[in-house]
Amino acid sequence: MGEIQVEAENKKYEPKIAAFLCNWCSYAGADLAGVGRVQYPATIRTIRVPCSGRINPLYVLKAMANGADGVLVSGCHPGDCHYISGNYVARRKFALIKSLLNHVGLEEDRISFSWVSAAEGIRFAEVVKGVTERVSALGPNNGIFKVVDDGGAAADE
Amino acid sequence: MSQNKIGSVLIVGAGIAGIQAALDLAESGYLVHLVEESSAIGGTMPMLDKTFPTNDCSMCILSPKLVECGRHLNVRTYTNSQVVRTEGEAGNFKVTIKQKARYIDLEKCTGCGACAEACPVKVDDEFNQGLGKRKAAFKQYSQAFPNAYGIDEQNCLYQTRGKAKGKDICLKCVKACQAGAIDHHMEDKEFEVEVGSMILNPGFKIFDAASLDYYGYGKIKSVITSLEFERLLSASGPFDGHLVRPFDKKEPQKIAWIQCVGSRNAKIGNNYCSGVCCMYAIKEAVIAKEHSHIPVDTTIFYMDMRTPGKDFEKYYNNAKNQQGVNFIRSRVYEVTEAKDDSGDAVIRYSTEDGQILTDQFDLVVLSVGLEPGDSSKELAKLLDLKVNKYGFAELEPLSGVNTSKEGIFAAGAFSGPRDIPETVMQASAAAGSASALLAEERGTLVSEKEYPPEMDVAGDIIRTGVFICHCGVNIGSVVNVPSVVEYAKTLPTVAYATDKIYACSQDAQASIKALISEQKLNRIVVSSCSPRTHEPLFQETLKEAGLNAHLFDMANIRDQCSWVHMNQPEQATEKAKDLTKLAIVRASMQQQTQPIFMDMNHAALVIGGGVAGMTSALSLADQGYEVHLVEKDSALGGVARRFSTGFRGEDMKAFVAELIEKVSNHANIKLHVGVGIKDVGGFLGNFTTTLENGEQIAHGVALLTIGGQEYKPNEYLYGQDERVMTQIEMDEAIYNHDPKVEGAKNFVFIQCVGSRTIENPYCSRTCCTKSVKLALKMKKKNPAANVFVLYRDMRTYSYFEEDYEEARRIGIIFVRYSENAKPVVSKEGDTLLVTVNDHVLDRPIEIETDVLCLAAAIKAPADGKKLSKWFKIPLNAEGFFLEAHMKLRPVDFSTDGVFMAGIAHSPKNMEEVIAQAKAAAGRAGVALSKDQVESAGLNAFVNKRKCTACGTCEAVCSAKAITVDQVNRVAVVNDALCKGCGACASSCRCGALSLRGCTNEQIVEMLNSL
Repeated sequence: MGEIQVEAENKKYEPKIAAFLCNWCSYAGADLAGVGRVQYPATIRTIRVPCSGRINPLYVLKAMANGADGVLVSGCHPGDCHYISGNYVARRKFALIKSLLNHVGLEEDRISFSWVSAAEGIRFAEVVKGVTERVSALGPNNGIFKVVDDGGAAADE
Repeated sequence: MSQNKIGSVLIVGAGIAGIQAALDLAESGYLVHLVEESSAIGGTMPMLDKTFPTNDCSMCILSPKLVECGRHLNVRTYTNSQVVRTEGEAGNFKVTIKQKARYIDLEKCTGCGACAEACPVKVDDEFNQGLGKRKAAFKQYSQAFPNAYGIDEQNCLYQTRGKAKGKDICLKCVKACQAGAIDHHMEDKEFEVEVGSMILNPGFKIFDAASLDYYGYGKIKSVITSLEFERLLSASGPFDGHLVRPFDKKEPQKIAWIQCVGSRNAKIGNNYCSGVCCMYAIKEAVIAKEHSHIPVDTTIFYMDMRTPGKDFEKYYNNAKNQQGVNFIRSRVYEVTEAKDDSGDAVIRYSTEDGQILTDQFDLVVLSVGLEPGDSSKELAKLLDLKVNKYGFAELEPLSGVNTSKEGIFAAGAFSGPRDIPETVMQASAAAGSASALLAEERGTLVSEKEYPPEMDVAGDIIRTGVFICHCGVNIGSVVNVPSVVEYAKTLPTVAYATDKIYACSQDAQASIKALISEQKLNRIVVSSCSPRTHEPLFQETLKEAGLNAHLFDMANIRDQCSWVHMNQPEQATEKAKDLTKLAIVRASMQQQTQPIFMDMNHAALVIGGGVAGMTSALSLADQGYEVHLVEKDSALGGVARRFSTGFRGEDMKAFVAELIEKVSNHANIKLHVGVGIKDVGGFLGNFTTTLENGEQIAHGVALLTIGGQEYKPNEYLYGQDERVMTQIEMDEAIYNHDPKVEGAKNFVFIQCVGSRTIENPYCSRTCCTKSVKLALKMKKKNPAANVFVLYRDMRTYSYFEEDYEEARRIGIIFVRYSENAKPVVSKEGDTLLVTVNDHVLDRPIEIETDVLCLAAAIKAPADGKKLSKWFKIPLNAEGFFLEAHMKLRPVDFSTDGVFMAGIAHSPKNMEEVIAQAKAAAGRAGVALSKDQVESAGLNAFVNKRKCTACGTCEAVCSAKAITVDQVNRVAVVNDALCKGCGACASSCRCGALSLRGCTNEQIVEMLNSL
């Protein structure tokens, strides 16, 4: 942990975070942050989805396996979902994913779930700042892979 | 009214009002003749850099509308034209239009600009307010529609010197034009069109600042107008968006704005407030700070800060408290040139406490007011319309948009100064009114757009075309656009990549279309702004090029990149590359998808039976649609029942009674009074609303007009002494001849009670005018009465300034108090005492009063939250409805088929409520005019071979669109019901379900490319 922080200070480590934003609330909130010129770290890579309920647990694992340092899923506030209950579907899955991540040995702070409405540009920026801080504190993600003792074969290459 | 009605409408003036009205009408089945005096449509908006209060780039939000209007089959645009004669009556007018020769054939001109390049004549560029030069062969601005040049005959060498003598002078443009589009012998022509109605929105002109010599405009080079300043800030302006002084290119570090130049000035006969200048000055000051790479000191010299519009007060507070803009309440005496040869200007002014000070600035911006343009005056005269003493058209009371002639409507600044959202509202309201007038002729003169047959690209090698937008400087000043283009070229499937200054402009659409065919592109990616606003525009271009609209994706490198990472250009460029890559991956895996059509229910539901609701209901009913009007209260009329007179002296009781009678007797309106709503379900074209009495209403659109509520003060002894009352209560007391008010000799009004506070940070807009009206009533009835108005800023915008001026003239005393030193109300025995610190004397004064009237805030409706959940619509922080776009979609929700009007949107006066109510009806009418609702077809689909019929999808689907076929043991999607949320696809245990446009494969591939 200590080592990583030293590195962060030297290289100004910038995590890369996959952000799934629902089209109706959070994506609109992110647009509003832009319109209001609310500044936040350039760490997220947005994937627009119709609804947070679209997020398959697979995506979170895939993102982690592909070297994303964190994942943010953001949807409408409870009760405000454009599709009535998609964000509840998302929440159920999210709870599951968190325990799965713990199980496979990934820090659960790498994934975040938030509610941001179309009217909450400033809140969106705060969410991104928060996620970035949490993920930065953990340092780069090494992906989901098993370290197999290959008898030094890799070093020979 | 003519019996022989014609299903087409004439629109005069093609600024934002004309464009909005044209699109609304053309979309709802009327042929539009759009007449514009200049050589291109757009009006004033293209000249503006940013718009308040969202700081949206003006050109960017306008551009899709320009393109849409320009390419609409049922809008015939005549540029360089004006109306010269009209005859006939409402329903059937014959209008003669004179079109001046352009000398360039619109059909042949490609907009390449070779003529302008070759043209040797340089003249001041009006579009740039004379700050730059243009040629005699010119195009107003690069995104202009028509995308064609024109020749200015006043300045062209051939036109002025050669033509008459038959000499071939110059003619360089003819030689330069490869398209053979130039014809110097083109002649002016006159032609006639037949229309059923007219909408007039010829706009305004800015006040001529040179006519007030004490401001030094025209003499001191560092004194400029606010519109010139907009051009300085604009990326397409004379200095490419570099903020410099025009005359010496010095970057200004200290800039001042002087408010009310040509407004609120009875001496020159402009005794009205232009309403927009406070906000644009604040915006310019904020943008100047943001824009400049060196620190800029900005100061605004003002009399009253007038920020009464939606979210304006927050914008003002932010400028003052966060951005560090200085605000000095003052009177400016004069502006002189600095004696130190710096070219600076010196402002001499007096502060509120009477001190006379001077200060030197690099640049002084005059916040010039709005006046009726010369052509507006001519038009009013030609049509014999009633005008007010300033020359603005006078609207019929409580009509929102009606001129003094039946069948002729007005929008925008033609009838007085107003900002963009109010202009757009009036435009939609005028369109709705014209549509109501001509309802039986809807659809008689229009034609349907035909697209080329769709190319089948399934199985073809994927060739992606990538377009990266600079968005003027909005993206390009932060993100290194050329490097993103180079990066895109290296990515798989990319066959072509380029950059565009404005990807949304008309010429960019033409270029994308041409490239699709030249480069055989079968996927398109645009990296620019938000797909939420611009996706439909580009998809239309794809369709016009014969590509399926879904073979497309956008990367948002402006709202979610350059604007939010302004100080991190490198990281922003990296992010832009990544976002572009993600879009390319998604687009490359997109499949052709056909839209799904569903039946449209042509009934409307209006919720709330106040003035807004009744006005909307009537307009829609007149347009020929069935309307259900629901009011939970036991009677119609809303809060307006408590008003005695309107702001122009109208008899409100009679007005409301007449409105109630009209809605009660209209054959198309069904009333549901005294009953609330229990539940709402459905979507555009197919809503079902259940009332508390169990009745179910099927409807295609919904209009939410639920009003607001009056703040019940808990300050100033309200509720503890019956002499303390709110404005509405005082109005009622006067009307009922209450002895408390009748016999009173001393009146005190306190403004901003519950408004402009920390808890309620907005201005309630109407209360300053209301207090002045009530004060005038009392003072005129009893000239000996002592009337005091305690205020923070008097916000008597527009013509209400006349009342404020009159009030001061007849002896009503205005005492300003500051937010930190509010008046104190106390009781000594039975005497009601108000103590306030006088701003001129700077000492407390004590006033004994008989009546204390509190300007209580207008608060958001209590039921907003319920409707928000039912209709899936957002509210703003204060609980008012949040529109789809603050500037250009002021009555639409982002949810299709749901519209708003009235106080529930934001506080406004009755006239404004009516205009907005008609606008909502106009917009709802556009939706209802369609026979079918088109949905994109991005639905869930089942891979039957994988499906195990477990039923998980059925359990999670909230739209009840997916069911398990128990016979075939497979899940089946009902395309008419599926909303495309994808919850089923993410829940499916066997990977049998996916979502078109957002498949598992696409998302996973996007993640793989991260």
